[in-house]
Parts: sequence; C-alpha cells; structure tokens
Amino acid sequence: MKRSFFSVAVLALVLAFLYVPILLVVVYGFIPNGVSMSFFDSSGRFMGFTAKWYGQIFGGAASVRALLQSFWLSLTIAALATLVSCVIGTTAALALHRWKGRLQQIHHALVYTPLIMPDILIGISLLMLFVACKVDCGFWTILIAHVTFCVSYVVMTVLARLQDFDDRIVEAAYDLGAGPWFTFFHVELPILLPGIVAGGLLAFTLSIDDVVITSFVNGAGTNTFPTYVSSMTKHSRNLPAVFALSTLMLLFTCVLVGLSKLIAGHPRVSRR
Amino acid sequence: MTKNPLRSRPTEWLVTAPSFLWLLLFFAIPAVIVLAFTFHGHTANGGVGDWSLSTWRELVDPDYPAIVWNTLRLSFEVTVWCIVLALPCAYAIARMNKRWRAIVAGSIMLPFWTSFVVRVFAWKTMLHPDGWLQACYLTFLQVREWLFDWLPGFLQNALVFVGFASRAPVDPASSTILDSEAAVVLVSVYSFLPFAIMPIYTAAEKFDFALLEAARDLGAKSFYAFRKIFVPGIRQGIVSAVLMVFIPAIGSYVIPQMLGGTNCILIGNKIFMRAMQNRNIPHASALATLMAVSVLVPLALAMWWKARQNARDRRRLEAETARLTVTQGGAA
Repeated sequence: MKRSFFSVAVLALVLAFLYVPILLVVVYGFIPNGVSMSFFDSSGRFMGFTAKWYGQIFGGAASVRALLQSFWLSLTIAALATLVSCVIGTTAALALHRWKGRLQQIHHALVYTPLIMPDILIGISLLMLFVACKVDCGFWTILIAHVTFCVSYVVMTVLARLQDFDDRIVEAAYDLGAGPWFTFFHVELPILLPGIVAGGLLAFTLSIDDVVITSFVNGAGTNTFPTYVSSMTKHSRNLPAVFALSTLMLLFTCVLVGLSKLIAGHPRVSRR
Repeated sequence: MTKNPLRSRPTEWLVTAPSFLWLLLFFAIPAVIVLAFTFHGHTANGGVGDWSLSTWRELVDPDYPAIVWNTLRLSFEVTVWCIVLALPCAYAIARMNKRWRAIVAGSIMLPFWTSFVVRVFAWKTMLHPDGWLQACYLTFLQVREWLFDWLPGFLQNALVFVGFASRAPVDPASSTILDSEAAVVLVSVYSFLPFAIMPIYTAAEKFDFALLEAARDLGAKSFYAFRKIFVPGIRQGIVSAVLMVFIPAIGSYVIPQMLGGTNCILIGNKIFMRAMQNRNIPHASALATLMAVSVLVPLALAMWWKARQNARDRRRLEAETARLTVTQGGAA
C-alpha cells in the first residue's frame, strides 16, 4: 500500500504544534524571574531553573494564597456541578429514551440547543436572568451556570449508552415482580453506570476549565482558577506559580489515567 | 407482555421534570429575557430603561457592523486553516494500523488535560516581542507583502476591501505579533484544531481506501484522487468539523482579549465590555442576538444541505431499484 509522506509530515508538524505549548507550561514553571518571564537576567546571563514556585505552592505562601483559594473553589464547584448534572442528566436521558411524544420533542430541543450555542451566549443570558431577578452573583450563580452547560453533555453520553440497552431487561424485572424503584436501582442504574461516569468525567473537565461563562456570573471577588488566571495581568509577579500548579495538575491527571488504564488492562479485571 | 407502569403519563412528567424545568428556567427563559432587553433603552446608572427601539437604532453605530464583519472574517479564516490542516492529519491517522490509530487519536485530545487559560498564557509568553516567534512573524509579513505586490491590481483591491490585506508597508518596529490579529488566528487555530481533526478522522475511518487505489490504478495522480474521491467521501465529517470550529470561533472572547489587545476586538469582547464594564445591558443583549443569528444561519444552511443530500441519495436509490426491477422483469 502506498503511504503518503506528505500527510504524515503534516500530522507530525500538527502534533508538535499542539504539544509545544504544553511542554512550555512545564518549563515556565521553573522560571526564576516572574516579572520578565525569562530565564536570563538583564545582562543576558542564564539564571538556571528554580523550584521556588513549587515550594510556595506546597508551603501555602501568602503570595499564592488567592491562586490556591481559586483552585479549591474550582474543585468544589466542579464536584458539585458534576453531581447535580449527573442526576438531572440521567433522568433526562431516561425520559428521552423511554417516551417519544410531543413533550419529549421539546425536551430534546431544550437539551440539544445549549450544545450548539457558543459559551458566551449562555453566559450573557444567565447574567441577564440574574440581573432581571436582581440576584447577587457569587458561588451559587456559578454553580447554576455550570450545571446548565454540563447537563447536555451528560445526557448525550448516557443516551449513547442507552442505545445498546435491551429494554426487555426492564420488562423482565417487572414480570418478576420488581417495583419501579427497585428496577431502577438494581437493573437500570448498574447498566448505565459506565455512561454516567463517562458523562460525569466530561462534565467535571468542562466545569473546571470554563472561563467564559464563569466570567459573566461570578460577581465581584469570587474567582475560579480559570477566571483568576485570566485576570492576572502582564505585570503579575507570580505567573510561574500558575504554570507550576498546572504542571502538578497535568501530572496528577496523567497518573490517574495511567492507573485507570493499568486497572482496566489488568487480566483479572478485563476478564470479568 | 405486561404493561410497563413506568411508561405511564405521570411517570413521564416526573422523570422529565428535573432537566426540563432546569433548562427552561436557566436556558430558555434567559434567552427570551435577552431578546426582550434589546427592545429597551438603557439608563445612565447601568439599569434597563423603558420599552423602546433606541437600542436597535444605535446598533448602526459604525463600530458595530465593522466588529461583526471582523468576527465573521476571522472565524472564516480560522475555519479554513483548521480544515486545511485537519484533512491530511485525519487521512494520515486513518491509514495507520489499529494500535497506532488509538495512540495518535488519543494524543490529539491530550492537550485538553491542561487548563485552556493556562495554555493561552503559555502562548502569550511565547509570543513575547523578544521571542523567536516574533522574528518568524516579521518574515511571514515580508513574504506576504511580496506576494501581495505580485498579485494583479483588482485582486489587491478586493483583498484590501474585505480586510485580508493592507497597503501599508511592513514596519518591523510597530509590527509585533502580540496584540495583533495574527496572534488571535494562530492561537484560535491551535485551540480548535483538535475539534476539526476528530470528526474528519471519524468519517475517514469508515472510508474505503480501496477506492483511492482503484483511482490510482486508473491513472489518477495522488492529489487528484485525494481531492476527487477522498474529500467527497468524507464530506459529512468536513461539515461537522466546519461547524465545530466556526461556531466557537464566532463566540470566541478569551483569545482576542488576551492576545489581540486593542487591535482585535470581536463581538464576544464587545458583549463582555458592554455587559460588565459599561453596564449597557440592552446593547450587550442586542450584540448577543446578532451573534446568535450568525451562529444559527450557517447551522440552518448545513442542515438544509444535509437534507438535500439525503433526498438526492434516496432518489438515486429509488431510481436504481426501479431500473433493476424493470430489467429483471424483462429477463423473466
């Protein structure tokens, strides 16, 4: 078979293009001068790598306190938003799968439209709602916004799982005398769980990374990690700390994914 | 078969209610509020005034049409770059063996494990005026100027008219890549490229590559076969990729804000400025409505195109079936 050298070359360049900034995130975490963001001093001499930003993060230094606070807020909101959107998203997917009437057509449109709308429109319309209702923006408005844009993604993932679902299993449970709640918790939920977990992971990633919607509904003084970072100006002195924290997050995710691959690939697990 | 009590009407309402009410309250109603606000004036203290058409009248302010045009032009530019780069990538991945396919396709999505804002910040640091990318940018500008001079006059006029080129000579001192449109395009392509590669790759995976070999056996050149057989064969993937890039590009606001400076203000930035800084809620609403329209029009076009393609395929199938029935009838 003839191999196209050109397309492989483009692919290699694109991969480099995608990875160079990631590599630099790691490198910039070791920059000694946080003001000039350079490894060289004013006379052009190389100053070497430093681990002081990591020291500040682990030591909880005052200079990075706001950064760490925003990071914990992001984690809290992402966890809560994932939980709520998984519950709402699963019921939505069940409804869309089980009934096909007029109501579900409207429901379907409601679930799918947020997926095609740019984030900024969801952000501004929520802000308008809060303005119209005279609600002060803060923790709760951020949480509401995050659940709103995460739900649709959870529904999509769970619906995909329901596609291979054999509805006769539910009917069999009924014939054997199980009630609706028992059937849901002992028959449907265990089968749907991988889909819900996948949707939850997606929701968590989207929530922890969102900057556009949050910047509309966060109000004054409440900052998640992304909005805090984007508010740091050119003259911020501890930008390398942001890169160091991101490196730690990247490392953490890699270990997590590596572990899950290892467990999934383990012969005893995969045989089940 | 016993009747499933789970399928009853009250149960349907109960199961539908949580998501339905949530999205009604926090997605549909806010959209109506935005539309309603565009028909209000604004008050000096940042509130919403009485019902009036003043907001729509003020929208012809020479600033706004230019910004809408710039946003569309830039989104178009970013989409073209993404598709041009994604096509050979998807082709290359689809031709690999199964193991490599999984590895490379996975590594395309891997950059999303770091925060988007942090990646944009890394770009901002890379694009620093003392950096090596600045030197590349100047070379690029010079080459572009040289190519521009070489074009015939009417093309030059057209390019200047739509805003893709300017007649001013390159000035190395004032041409910094940071705070320029080029930086916004570059980083937008960087951010949206995986979303272009994925749908094209999914379509290319199902493509029958034997067709390409057949075309080559019949004497077609590689690129000709790629253009005439491969590209039409994966057009559904290309349409999804265009939408996956074009829609977020229209709504883009973080990238132009962090890398475009004052030289690249798009609808997204203007919405944010009006809503959060000038507190002109009706103007922000009107701009958001304009943006929603610019998203929905290409979407409707794509859906119309898809419906037309499906109808054509069906007609072709019916004609073929009819022809076969006739020939078989004749043989019998």
